[in-house]
Amino acid sequence: MNIHEYQTKRIFSRYKIPVPAGHVAHSDAQAVAVAESLGGERWIVKAQVHAGGRGKCGGVKLCNSLAEVKEFADKLIGSDLVTPQTGPGGKRVRRVLVEDAQDIKQELYLGCLIDRVTQRITVIASAVGGMDIEEVAASTPEKIIKESVDPAVGLQDFQCRKIAAGIGLTGKQIINAATLMKRLYRAFRDTDALMAEINPLSLLADDSLMALDGKMNFDGNALFRRADITDLRDFDEEDSKELDASQHDLNYIALDGDVGCIVNGAGLAMATMDAISFYGGKPANFLDVGGGASPDKIANAFRIVLTDSNVKAVLLNIFAGINRCDWIAQGVVQTLREQSVDVPVVVRLAGTNVEKGWEILFSSGLEFIHADKLDDASRKAVEAARGSA
Amino acid sequence: MSILVNKDSKVIFQGFTGQHASFHAEEAMGMGTNVVGGVTPGKGGMTHLGLPVFDTVKTAVQQTGADVSVVFVPPPFAADAILEAIDAGIKVIVCITDGVPVQDMVRVKRYLTGHDAIIVGPNTAGVITPRECKAGIMPSHIYQPGKVGVVSRSGTLNYEAVEQMNELGLGQSTSISIGGDPVNGCDFLTILKKFSDDDDTEVVLMIGEIGGNQEVEAARWAREHMRKPLVAFIAGVTAPPGRTMGHAGAIVSGESDTAQAKMAALGELGVHVVRSAAEIGKTLREVLRG
Repeated sequence: MNIHEYQTKRIFSRYKIPVPAGHVAHSDAQAVAVAESLGGERWIVKAQVHAGGRGKCGGVKLCNSLAEVKEFADKLIGSDLVTPQTGPGGKRVRRVLVEDAQDIKQELYLGCLIDRVTQRITVIASAVGGMDIEEVAASTPEKIIKESVDPAVGLQDFQCRKIAAGIGLTGKQIINAATLMKRLYRAFRDTDALMAEINPLSLLADDSLMALDGKMNFDGNALFRRADITDLRDFDEEDSKELDASQHDLNYIALDGDVGCIVNGAGLAMATMDAISFYGGKPANFLDVGGGASPDKIANAFRIVLTDSNVKAVLLNIFAGINRCDWIAQGVVQTLREQSVDVPVVVRLAGTNVEKGWEILFSSGLEFIHADKLDDASRKAVEAARGSA
Repeated sequence: MSILVNKDSKVIFQGFTGQHASFHAEEAMGMGTNVVGGVTPGKGGMTHLGLPVFDTVKTAVQQTGADVSVVFVPPPFAADAILEAIDAGIKVIVCITDGVPVQDMVRVKRYLTGHDAIIVGPNTAGVITPRECKAGIMPSHIYQPGKVGVVSRSGTLNYEAVEQMNELGLGQSTSISIGGDPVNGCDFLTILKKFSDDDDTEVVLMIGEIGGNQEVEAARWAREHMRKPLVAFIAGVTAPPGRTMGHAGAIVSGESDTAQAKMAALGELGVHVVRSAAEIGKTLREVLRG
């Protein structure tokens, strides 16, 4: 689960990680009011959307007057910001963060993440901040310092000093950085985060450090014990179809092809998309109905897949283990009777109660394309999409 | 022979009296699995499915000699259940539970250090040695004894591969799904090493997916140490970068963990790479024929 920068900075503040003075604003008038209350002569105004790359795409501006704050906030709020991470449609800006501008000596990078290789929490730091850390890792890997945390004892002071020295800090800077690292680690651990990033982490004139930007995302599986984090979820930032799907316990991701996919299990769902592509088609979506799929769930899956007007055929591919083909078949019958499905539907069933499933489908008298195997099913779906295009 | 579980395995279920555990315990027994009891804290002394229920894994092990546990405990308590099984000396712990917090698994992996246990999962369909022992939720009737060692992340893709093998008369020595989580109990490499040592396994099928580097790491080891052919499929060629594809661990986060990059790396390591999931069975047959 992702949150906004201003929400991340509130978490940072709770853990005593220094952040610039600032406040979120929902209108240009509010933005000016925030700037006035902050005082000073220079402010940073930042678009708050769940996407990186805002700085390079006109989502962040240093403003030298209240008039400039007003003008920029007015321009941003209500507009769609396009960054490399938003897709071509961009993301609607609903609020901005107005902060005191800082004088900085150097920009660093500091992050915590779950490292899949070591299967532990890893702290990552770099002397090169303000850039995409993956670009730094690719071009100058020697500038990245990593330290793995033993979960039995947690992040140790000496490790923090090692990291700080490794990115070229000296003297008092090392002590300041070590303190901040431990606070970031605690924030990460206590919130069940998957990633916490300060980029840039700025070294100020007095050798203190400040988080100029902040990004965190959280383990959806741990939200049951993190009510305060769950409250930070912004439904406006989520795709409406994906949200609709998740409310029906379906996992849906829209893609740009024309063959709709309804599959059980994430691995088989990916492999089905791949098979469609292998036979010359393009999948319109990823959709995993999960285990124990009821007829209603199948009907909802069809409804969501068919809201995409690019879909020219639907492939239902079920290999039932914990699922039951007869239930799935009932769902298909329900869908074809109750929804206006005007594209061809290819059905492939296998596994638990497969005979019962086919019997329900064939005796319904409804029109569908039958397939027994994955290759056959994918090929038929690709052909059907071409035929009805 | 086989790996992890066989006809002599003594299996318990943790969260035994729950609906799903009960259903799958009965299914496992129906296939001939030697289920010896189960654990549900607070219900010790009861009889369930004709078998004893214990309050702790320790008592279950003491009284039944159990060495395999299948965990059906809900996500908030799953890590504790795994730790309890490790502590009680269970050798193979299969955690079916989907939705275990990642940081819980980080701690479990740390606790595992120095203990002689293997964790399969979480978020797994489990382990099956056909006609001998099923510690999982897979449809057992599709699995037939044979010479192919199967290890996958996904459960349903494992079924898909096995059905294709059936049509060609190819069976499995043991089949394992290691689960789709980013921090999981055992990796491809751990399983490959076991298949390498197993006399009944002539060829190994590895079914991976986008995200992480486990498949390539395992293949690198296999090239140096395994004297058996390795066939691999990687799901997710069409997955968009930065999106989690159902499995928490299935996310392309860099250039090296795309399906294309993994397949290329595996190919360079001498692995027989299958281009479409529909051709897994066919490729295995060709490799076995040499």
